[in-house]
Amino acid sequence: MSADSLVSQLKRGLDAPICLTWELTYACNLQCIHCLSSSGQRDPRELTTAQAKAVIDELRDLQVFYINIGGGEPMIRRDFFDIITHSVDNSIGVKFSTNGAYIDGENARRLAAMDYLDIQISLDGTDAATNDAVRGAGSFDTAIAAMENLARANFGPFKISVVVTRHNVAQLDDFKALADSYGAQLRITRLRPAGRGADTWHALHPTADQQIDIYRWLLGHGENVLTGDSFFHLNALGEPLPGLNLCGAGRVVCLIDPLGDVYACPFVLHDEFRAGSVLDPGGFTKVWRESALFTSLREPESAGACASCGSYDACQGGCMAAKFFTGLPLDGPDPECVSGHGEELLSASTATAPRPTKDHSRPVSLTRKPVRT
Amino acid sequence: MTPAPNSAVLEASESTTNDDVMAADSVEVLEELLVEEISIDGMCGVY
Amino acid sequence: MTITLESSCSLSPQVALRPEPFGALAYHYGNRRLVFLKHPDVVAVVKNLANHPTVGATLDACGIAAERRASFLAALDNLTKSEIIHVG
Repeated sequence: MSADSLVSQLKRGLDAPICLTWELTYACNLQCIHCLSSSGQRDPRELTTAQAKAVIDELRDLQVFYINIGGGEPMIRRDFFDIITHSVDNSIGVKFSTNGAYIDGENARRLAAMDYLDIQISLDGTDAATNDAVRGAGSFDTAIAAMENLARANFGPFKISVVVTRHNVAQLDDFKALADSYGAQLRITRLRPAGRGADTWHALHPTADQQIDIYRWLLGHGENVLTGDSFFHLNALGEPLPGLNLCGAGRVVCLIDPLGDVYACPFVLHDEFRAGSVLDPGGFTKVWRESALFTSLREPESAGACASCGSYDACQGGCMAAKFFTGLPLDGPDPECVSGHGEELLSASTATAPRPTKDHSRPVSLTRKPVRT
Repeated sequence: MTPAPNSAVLEASESTTNDDVMAADSVEVLEELLVEEISIDGMCGVY
Repeated sequence: MTITLESSCSLSPQVALRPEPFGALAYHYGNRRLVFLKHPDVVAVVKNLANHPTVGATLDACGIAAERRASFLAALDNLTKSEIIHVG
């Protein structure tokens, strides 16, 4: 089998995900303006501890190798350590994403003592002004404090995860330096118009020129930088970026939300991309293997409107979440198509972009103080 | 932790097609790519 | 290439092998590396390494034809580099 057919194997789907993303809670102490899950308030229908452990048991039987835990802020859950311990004890590795608010000295030491546990701290600016404009007052200091606590606890390498925006493209070198200073790995990911991002995307997403900067930076400096494989739409610019350049949604990975609903990926929290629920008869396994949505995602894609463009093989038409939430058809160009085809369509389009089907944002607080739920 | 290399495709073996340089007692080598490492580290939506 | 027919190897205890229609997925919990084993025969060989004194004996036991052995040695060499198997 050549590399091509390996990717086509993955596109046809696997009998179980390699890993999956699991948002443990919609509760969050922050209100980031681009939050893909529109988090803030806990949903009363959140999975219970017992239900969460049952999901883990099912994933163990499927031999899912690891889970990527997020939210909201996953450490807000009182059973957070209980859940992640259950996972690791059942040979399912845990990688989790956090804003760092709950990584005090004691928790840092507790996390450092655990087997197979990777941590990713979210940060969207290398200075408080840039970061806090997106993530809220004090969030920069919180994230740095968490990194300091992890370092002091000898946690070992962690990841710093950055959503690339118009305002931090110029800071890529600084992000790399920051990560290097902690012996951490930098991860940069693409902003999608998902969740609260639907409202801020137009002002926040990188400009066309900045996309070229990102592409060049990744080619020149990105050897040790993870990208969430989320910049493959830039491959139309030339030499392909390293990575699988594959959308794994519903094929290799998927998302479980705090209520147990299963979606193709974390960027499409919308009924259109909901495959089922872990609470349905047959559980997660049946959803993964038999849901109509995932079955259709595993069918060979057609280039659709992109068929006449020579770049389709490189860019694969981009990201379905980006298209969906900007109101563009899925079988056409990405809104950030580097040849401008998406932008053309957007200006010509009168379609109203779909709204996220779940919104757990907290009502605006006049005092703007982060609230611990 | 070092990241996994991306999509490292290694040739299983080198085969020659020129009969003149094949050793007299060699068997024809069947070239198969039997293993392939991939990195889905930070695959979209994944940390 | 470091692996030869005389090498003695075994699968790392930190590796999980998950069967797939094409062969198997090997995941190393220590270094987080993921490798596709793309043929059931290479899966069988990897699983049997510890049961035989040498790679050559393992290939014999798994009935691997002579013309395929170079590919298998290269594969095992690759697996050593990702620490999926180790020598000794």
